[in-house]
Amino acid sequence: MLHTEREYSKLIAGDFYTHHMEPGPDDRTMILNMGPQHPSTHGVLRIVIEIDGEYILRAEPVLGYLHRMQEKMGELKTYLQYMPNMGRVDYLHALAWNWAYVGAVERLGGIEVPERAQYVRVITTELNRISSHLLWWGAFLLDLGAFTPILYAFDDREKILDLLQIPTGSRLTLCYFRPGGVVNDLTKDFIDGLREFIPHMRSRLPMYKGLVTDNIILRKRVEGVGIITEETCRRYGATGPVVRGSGLAYDVRRAEPYSVYDKFDFEIPTDKECDAMGRYNVRVAEIEQSLRIIEQALDAMPDGPHMVKGAPKVKWKAPAGESYFAVEGARGKIGVHVVSDGSNTPYRVKLRAPGFCNMSLFAEVARGVLIADAVAILGSLDLVIPELDR
Amino acid sequence: MNIGPITVPIELVRIMVAILAFSLFIGLNGVILVWLERKVAGHVQRRPGPYEVGPHGLLQPVADALKLIGKQLFIPKGADKILFWAAPILSFLPVFLLLIPMPFGPKLFALDVDLGLLLILAFAGVNVLAICLAGWSSRNKWSLLGAARAVSQCVAYEIPMLLSLLSVAFMEGTLNLTQIVNQQEPWLWNIVYQPLAFIIFFVCAVAETNRCPFDLPEAESELTAGFHTEYSGMAFSMFMLAEYSYIIVVCCVATAVFLGGWHGPFYPGSWWFLGKVYALILVFMWLRWTYPRVRFDQLLNINWKWLLPLSLLNLFVTAFLVKVL
Repeated sequence: MLHTEREYSKLIAGDFYTHHMEPGPDDRTMILNMGPQHPSTHGVLRIVIEIDGEYILRAEPVLGYLHRMQEKMGELKTYLQYMPNMGRVDYLHALAWNWAYVGAVERLGGIEVPERAQYVRVITTELNRISSHLLWWGAFLLDLGAFTPILYAFDDREKILDLLQIPTGSRLTLCYFRPGGVVNDLTKDFIDGLREFIPHMRSRLPMYKGLVTDNIILRKRVEGVGIITEETCRRYGATGPVVRGSGLAYDVRRAEPYSVYDKFDFEIPTDKECDAMGRYNVRVAEIEQSLRIIEQALDAMPDGPHMVKGAPKVKWKAPAGESYFAVEGARGKIGVHVVSDGSNTPYRVKLRAPGFCNMSLFAEVARGVLIADAVAILGSLDLVIPELDR
Repeated sequence: MNIGPITVPIELVRIMVAILAFSLFIGLNGVILVWLERKVAGHVQRRPGPYEVGPHGLLQPVADALKLIGKQLFIPKGADKILFWAAPILSFLPVFLLLIPMPFGPKLFALDVDLGLLLILAFAGVNVLAICLAGWSSRNKWSLLGAARAVSQCVAYEIPMLLSLLSVAFMEGTLNLTQIVNQQEPWLWNIVYQPLAFIIFFVCAVAETNRCPFDLPEAESELTAGFHTEYSGMAFSMFMLAEYSYIIVVCCVATAVFLGGWHGPFYPGSWWFLGKVYALILVFMWLRWTYPRVRFDQLLNINWKWLLPLSLLNLFVTAFLVKVL
């Protein structure tokens, strides 16, 4: 059945989110839904764009397609029961969320964490960060139309997952930390495997550079595309590689050191270019820095218990009060704010997702660019949609 | 020719034989290319590729075809039905015409056409129309964008392609493909005299067949699947078969015009022709699985700022040398 023009335009442009983005009277522009099912939004992000030819005049991200009430669930489950949720907020860097939450709970309950557990946390979290960056690297190039790099990245990521599987027991939605330590101690096979992995990963990085980073087509696609100034980053509260790619060396590990991060010698890679290439370079450089941290942590790891005596049990009651703990995730500053009223469930849990702030600036940056560039910008922000919607 | 009581004109028999042979050739090559593409992709990506169906996954294309045949043919609401179904057929049909003047061997061709090269260039353009129709009639904004890209890309790249072939035609003094091959020596192929024209032709061929890094009309990460977003089942596979057929056609033209056709240092014959065609196809696949996609303005810039002036220059120099020498 053929619709009339009028009916058809109602059909596609008349819903709640786009009612104020109806095409203008001159009819030169077109309203287009990018997502929620679009290959380059990496999940169910929806962006309503108004285009003139292939140029984007306006872009408006629409969220909520993957809202799972993670914060509300925090109010219904006990402190320990909520732990598995943390691996599912951002499944690519699950351990950073683990850490942010247990950090907040430890601060709330005044729980000491043994020295060895701190090192174990550093090692596993940094390893997880590398795996997250590798996946981003592959997916970003997939957005730009190169199929092969993601399989090379997955080859290395597979090795990391195999390693992380040994202490954590799972591969993706890790739930490894507990208030007061970690579940399992690091075994000998894990440490041996990790010592083998570090030189292997180092030897792969020049290949990545030669194959992909120096490719002229890639450079032409990302250099000078999606300029995000430092000022924009500040206004939107962007963190992580996005802000470091804009030349601001802000890293929670250095700015407000938590755990044992002040004992390690590592650099914070930044890039002055402010474009997609800058963010690309920062992430690739961070892989190397994470390897450095892991090496130092492996050498300096003391013996001792991996869990504090008398660590909280399932029905543990937190003292009344509130606490906030922030860690540096692969996508930026992860913050968890826990408010307790003295019962065994939190009164309120607030999750600060870095991707949410990073995504917010997309609407401003994507104005006036080509659709292909918008895809490159979206990829360079490294969004994980479950984390945005929580 | 007499078969029993009816008389069949010899021309009709020839046409029937040619159509049958071309169908077999296209079908068989399509099957081989589907398998080859997946195998090449697999090996570039350090995995074995299809391995389960048949030895080394050789029967994979058959399984793929069966799956596609079994799929529902879906038509979007508000789409133009006639044009929607006409587009995949229109995309595929010109392939038969394009193969007519192709010299596969010294005696192996359908028809010795004096304007063979012109025929190929003329009918290759029909594909653009098919893609345009597909994008337009789908009533999908992504498809429309894909169609718009396809038209501007193909129209732009046809010009340097034509100019680069023209410089060879100047040199050889003919547009007959069989004669062009005949005039090349077993070793000194036209690529030696016209290296720039060959490179320009090859780049244009990649763009004309919408292959990566110039696969903008079907850029899946930008336009979901471009002009064939709404096509399913056999309609989709018609587009795929057409794409592979055009790859074969451009590689055949490149082989005949630049690489000496069936000539070889020893045992000249059709196997040389097929071998060269497949070597070129492998380069196509290698490019696809190695490079990211260029952006649309960059794509057109490459054409208008580099390929067109260079091919014009090449043409002038060739014309000058042909006149002087």
